[in-house]
Amino acid sequence: MSHDHADHAHVHRSPPRPDQDDTLTYYRAMEIALRELLIDKGIVTAEEVRRQVEDMDGRNAGRGARMVARGWVDPAYKRRMLEDGSRAAEELGLDVGPLKLIVVENTPEVHNVIVCTLCSCYPRMLLGLPPDWYKSRNYRSRVVREPRSVLAEFGTLIPDDVQIRVHDSTADMRYMVAPMRPAGTEGWSEQALAGLVTRDSMIGVAVATTPERRRG
Amino acid sequence: MPEAIAPRFRAGDRVAVRAAYPIGHVRTPFYIRGKQGVVERLCGAFPNPEELAYARSGEPAQPLYRVRFRQPDVWPDYSGQANDLVEVEIYQHWLEPA
Amino acid sequence: MAVAAKARSGDNGSMADSDGPRGPHDLGGLPAGRVEEVEHDYALWEKRVDALMMLLGRKDRRLVSTDELRRNIESLGPEAYHGMSYYERWIHAIAQTLIQRGVISVDELGRKIEAVRAKETPRA
Repeated sequence: MSHDHADHAHVHRSPPRPDQDDTLTYYRAMEIALRELLIDKGIVTAEEVRRQVEDMDGRNAGRGARMVARGWVDPAYKRRMLEDGSRAAEELGLDVGPLKLIVVENTPEVHNVIVCTLCSCYPRMLLGLPPDWYKSRNYRSRVVREPRSVLAEFGTLIPDDVQIRVHDSTADMRYMVAPMRPAGTEGWSEQALAGLVTRDSMIGVAVATTPERRRG
Repeated sequence: MPEAIAPRFRAGDRVAVRAAYPIGHVRTPFYIRGKQGVVERLCGAFPNPEELAYARSGEPAQPLYRVRFRQPDVWPDYSGQANDLVEVEIYQHWLEPA
Repeated sequence: MAVAAKARSGDNGSMADSDGPRGPHDLGGLPAGRVEEVEHDYALWEKRVDALMMLLGRKDRRLVSTDELRRNIESLGPEAYHGMSYYERWIHAIAQTLIQRGVISVDELGRKIEAVRAKETPRA
C-alpha cells in the first residue's frame, strides 16, 4: 500500500528578522542581561552556556532516522523501540537524557502525526530543535481537527482507507513517528535506509523519501 | 511525603474528561474537555504540572494516561474518516469513569 | 456516569467562550490559516535562550521548571503571546520566573538591561 505523495520540495527559509544577532532588540538585551546576571551570581558559567548550545546543535533528525532504519532491518529492535523508545535510543548509543519517548509506527492501515497544541513539546533531546511551523499557531490549531487537510497542504495525501491518529503531546511523554519503509529498498544498508528518513516523516506530515525521489 | 496516588483506570476503560474550566496552568486542552474516550495506556505517575507551575512540588505524583478519542466524538463537523483518532495525555484527576 | 453532552459554542474559536476562559496558548481546534512551512536557522541569541532554560531547568539546579516557563508564557495574554517570537516569549518567561523565585530582583534586571543597551555592543 503506497501513499500518494505530491511533489513537495519547498522548505521556505524566512528572510532575516529584526531579532537576529545584529540588532539589539529589547529581548536580545534581556537575554544578554540575564545571562550576565546569572554568570555574575555564579549560577551558570559562560562555558556551560557555550557547551549547552553545542550540545543541542549536535542533536538532529539523523539520530531518529538511525532508530527507524534499524527498526526496518531488525524486527526485534522495532518491537523494543515501540515498547520503550528511550531505551531503544540508548541501545544505539544515542543519549536522550530524561526524554520519555513513545515511538508510534505507520502501517498500511495507520498513519500517525504528532503535535503539541498547547506549546511545542517535541523529542528535542533526540531530534534537536523543532521547525518553526511545528510551533506555529496554524499547525497547532488545525492538525488536531483536520489532519487530512493539513497533511495535504504538506503534499501528503492519506487514502480514505488509512486511519489517521493525531498524538497531542500534552504532558510528560514525547513522540516520534516511525514511517513505513519505502518499496524498492530491498537489500539496502542501514545507513542508506536512514538517509530516506526525514525529520518531517518522523513528525508525520510526510512519508519517508522513496528511492526514485532520492535519485531525482 | 504523601503516598503516590493509586491508578483508578486501566487500558480499555471508557473515561470522560471533566468539563471543568478553572484558571491557572492546565494541561488538559480546551477541545477535549467533556469528551469521552478509551484509556490506551497508563504512562506512569508524574508530579502535577498545575502545582509545579507555581514552584510547588506537585506531589503526590498523579497517574497519567494516554486516552484515545474518535475524532467524530470530538468535532461535530469532523471532515476526515469516521475511525480517525486523536490521542491525548490526560492526568487522572481530569478523568471520570464513563 | 456519562458526562452530559453540551452545546459547544466554543468550537468556532471564540475566546469569550461560554464554558470558561481559554488561554491564548490553548489552540487545538481553533480556526486558522494554511500552515506556512517556514523554518529559520536559529540565531545565536535564540540558542542561548534555549541553553539557559536547559541549564536552569536541570535537576541539579531546578531554578526554572518547564511548568513555570509555560505558565508565565500563557500569562502573557493573547496580544503579547501572538505578537512575540518564540524565544522572546521564553526569555520573558525565564526572567519572570527568576523574579518570582527571588533569584534576581526587578531592580537588578532593569539596571543590567540598561547597561547592556548603553554599551550597545554585546559581550561575546
